[in-house]
Amino acid sequence: MLAYLLRRVLYAIPILIGVNLLTFVLFFVVNSPDDMARMHIGVKRATPEAIERWKVERGYDKPMFVNAEAAGSARFTDTIFFDKSLRMFALEFGRADDGRDIGQEIRDRMGPSLAIALPTFVLSLIVSISFALLLVFFRATYLDFWGVVLCVAMMSISSLFYIIGGQWLVSKLWALVPISGYAPGLDAARFLLLPVLISVVAGIGSSARWYRTIFLEEISKDYVRTARAKGLSELAVLFRHVLRNALIPILTGVVVVIPLLFMGSLLVESFFAIPGLGSYTIDAINAQDFAVVRAMVFIGSVLYIIGLILTDISYTLVDPRVRLE
Amino acid sequence: MLNDPYPAGERGANVLYTAFTERPKHLDPVQSYSEDEATFLYQIVEPPLQYHYLKRPYALEPATADGMPKLRRLDASGRELPATADPAKVAQTVIEVRIRPGILYQPHPAFATTSTGEPRYQGLSAAELREVRGLADFAETGTRELVAADYVYQIKRLAHPRLHSPIFELMAEYMPGLKQLQAALDAASRAQAARATEGTGEAGAAGDPPGWLDLDRFALPGVEVVDRHTWRITLKGAYPQFLYWLSMPFFSPVPREVDRFFAQPGMAERNLTLDWWPVGTGPYMLVENNPNARMVLARNPNYRSDTYPCEGEAGDAEAGLLADCGKAMPFIDKVVFSREREGIPYWNKFLQGYYDASGVSSDNFDQAVTLTSQGEVSLSEDMEAKGIRLLTSVSPSIFYLGFNMLDPLVGGGPSTAEKERARKLRQAISVALDMEEFVSIFLNGRGLPGMSPLPPGIFGAREGRAGMNTVVYEWQGSDEDGRPVRRGVDEARRLLAEAGWPNGRNAQTGEPLVINLDTTPGGLGDKARSDWLAKKFRDLGVQFVVRPTDFNRFQDKIRQGNAQLFFFGWNADYPDPENLLFLLHGPQGKVKFNGQNAANYENPEYDALFERMKAMPDGPARQLIIDRMVAILQQDAPWIFAFHPMSYSLQHGWVLNRKTGAMVRNTMKYQRIDLARREAARAEWNRPVLWPLGLVALLLAALVAPAVVHWRRRETATAAVGGAAGTAGPQAGGGR
Repeated sequence: MLAYLLRRVLYAIPILIGVNLLTFVLFFVVNSPDDMARMHIGVKRATPEAIERWKVERGYDKPMFVNAEAAGSARFTDTIFFDKSLRMFALEFGRADDGRDIGQEIRDRMGPSLAIALPTFVLSLIVSISFALLLVFFRATYLDFWGVVLCVAMMSISSLFYIIGGQWLVSKLWALVPISGYAPGLDAARFLLLPVLISVVAGIGSSARWYRTIFLEEISKDYVRTARAKGLSELAVLFRHVLRNALIPILTGVVVVIPLLFMGSLLVESFFAIPGLGSYTIDAINAQDFAVVRAMVFIGSVLYIIGLILTDISYTLVDPRVRLE
Repeated sequence: MLNDPYPAGERGANVLYTAFTERPKHLDPVQSYSEDEATFLYQIVEPPLQYHYLKRPYALEPATADGMPKLRRLDASGRELPATADPAKVAQTVIEVRIRPGILYQPHPAFATTSTGEPRYQGLSAAELREVRGLADFAETGTRELVAADYVYQIKRLAHPRLHSPIFELMAEYMPGLKQLQAALDAASRAQAARATEGTGEAGAAGDPPGWLDLDRFALPGVEVVDRHTWRITLKGAYPQFLYWLSMPFFSPVPREVDRFFAQPGMAERNLTLDWWPVGTGPYMLVENNPNARMVLARNPNYRSDTYPCEGEAGDAEAGLLADCGKAMPFIDKVVFSREREGIPYWNKFLQGYYDASGVSSDNFDQAVTLTSQGEVSLSEDMEAKGIRLLTSVSPSIFYLGFNMLDPLVGGGPSTAEKERARKLRQAISVALDMEEFVSIFLNGRGLPGMSPLPPGIFGAREGRAGMNTVVYEWQGSDEDGRPVRRGVDEARRLLAEAGWPNGRNAQTGEPLVINLDTTPGGLGDKARSDWLAKKFRDLGVQFVVRPTDFNRFQDKIRQGNAQLFFFGWNADYPDPENLLFLLHGPQGKVKFNGQNAANYENPEYDALFERMKAMPDGPARQLIIDRMVAILQQDAPWIFAFHPMSYSLQHGWVLNRKTGAMVRNTMKYQRIDLARREAARAEWNRPVLWPLGLVALLLAALVAPAVVHWRRRETATAAVGGAAGTAGPQAGGGR
């Protein structure tokens, strides 16, 4: 397994270089260093001299990929791409255009993002799987039928509707929790209650339907019939045997997102004024802050690769037949 | 109140709560230039002058200055000239500013000293900084008196090569010494970097932070400290508007020791910079800077003696704005700005009483404001019932549709006849685009159709018949009671025909006339607005094409003169006609000189008048010149003067002493909160409703109960019964 993991980590390096290159190209297709300088200095009285000075100071006066004036390896190293990309692999993200340390910013924002993403993830998983198993238990009855109808209805509604409706109903009309905001420590609970509840409810429809399909696939297998023949109750059959054997497809979709929980949720964080990482990238794109965009895409890629590796490992844990070689 | 977003400990405290939507980019007074940042910075730092809070038209008054600065105009031989002298003869203007003695800075660790008087926190080691996360982690603070040298230090910072002050180039026109200083600083900075690379030590004196440029070691010709509390600045030529700049943070004091404190290694890594922790003598100091969540200003305990004004404009006394005359300011202990990215929670929290004031966005306009059939604006009944008040004012801004005068179609070719035809074409379009309708449809009436570049309230802007754009409007009624009415589409068609495009077709070739609008997404290119414009052009028989591009490409087009018709705006820096009329001054041409004249308009007569007008004192002579300049613009129509936006702001009844005025930005110290009224309203508006919780529990039970019954029935079913139900039961297996 160690060799497999090592191989996966080595594969990750060209992937990350590729992602970095793609981000670089895409960003500079729509933004030139001049645009970045203008955005930073302000459009109102930005002069060519001021723009040039800004570029020189930030290292954006160099060529993008190839420095024709340099000699030897400097032709490739004395460029914006090399200069801005290499340190990423040492997790040195540098400074945002507003002067703030990106690493510090990420550390500060990670907590609020996790505070909302982690309970949402765990509760969603529990509620959706339990609901799906119950639907399977009552399959082909009116409960199953209306349950599926409810799922389809719930997944058809935009998450924006849940957020705005939830805020209006729970916070404004019933005045039970704050509409938006965040506080550190235990006081965060009253700010997180509504966004977590809304996120869980908004996600039930699609997840429960997906899990129901997986469980129905399992329930027709021979081992289920055997379990029933042994006299196990239907609940024991579902929660002890079917759930365990259906874990492979569930893990495929679930484990990969665990590392990405750090990245936060754009919509929920935005509407509930949670100072997390979700909106950090969007703020950076709006501000044409390449340093932050690049850092966030890089971290997202790293976390996704970690998620995929964890998924592979999790297969071996739930199914002893799987070997990572 | 279960939905109170603030800590229980703050209940009843003298705190003003408000929100911000855009995070501030810069709080260093040498860089900060946007309204988002001004909201914070103007409360913290103090330039020598400020605008009178209540008087309109805007009037400057001393802030930290001990009286208005003395201005001396000198000719080329150094002889003093009277204030009324011809600006062309003024070679230099000497401005002397005296600061009030005894003004203290806010408490700050940079001012803390040891028992021997040495700075307590200079030369900090990595170990000493290990536990430091914010300024509050420095145990000791200190203060000191504001001195003239602090202002001179900040003026030198305008030239700092690493600070990129947005007004450097403008100021360098009047303070040539700034360019010399920048060259010297640039050279020093490069030498410093080279030495650091070679490892041969640092440029500064022993103990100075590496990379720090001690500005006291560099001279700035033309700016000098006269004595402890007086400084003097010598400007090239006549530039009376400079006094307005003296009311902006660019000219607020920065103490050298504060600059040095933040330059220490390890500070920037902790986000401890002057750009994020401005230091000043103002009524408030920044105590929390988390632009992702909230920014907090607290009362500066060292704030100077400052009292609420006793004079204002007509109607201020009736509005209760003079009730606190002579009382010590600031009134509020703390100001909490919470970050709200979305309008809906912001608006709802305002309605719940958790924000003391709010703007009026398009989303909540109908809920907040009622427009009468006469177009008058009033609060909706719901808002009035809550005791909310509406404040409106015309912003010192102009939004315009500019014609690129370098474009052969709308700017005209080289011959006089071609130019004349293009002028008629621009006039025809100016008449046809009904800005009254535009403002009504797309701005909910929140704008005044423009007659000239000058918004009402700025010297030179005339009201009534005298201010009417006679090309576009005609006067209906008497001089006193009449009103300008836009000329009809027939007049536009007539002008179009005179321009050589009868019915929108070339009189000679029959080719259709096509007008291209260059715009950005979210600008005039948006579908509904584009459709409206297309309809107006269609009424003339003109084809209309929208060319949307992203903001950067749009800026490129403007810089290179590739646009034809474009939508632009300008927010005046100060309330002087020079700051608006220069937008059409020939030497400000965007393509030729990279200036602010995006239309690339050139008119020798206008340019000559501008040169005369810009340095004149306000008075009948200046008004006469402005009238002529405006008339030239109305005839030449390089812009369609679209509208001057109106600012609508809502405040709860418990917020006192609030007056709108875009130029006055240090407003927090004047405002007061009726705390008892706020607490009572919040309690009344936010009573928790608990019965829905019971209802939800009942609903859940109602959902679960049939499932439980069903489950029990199945679990206890006999084989025979199960067999009968097998087609639908779990025992049948796999039913889907």
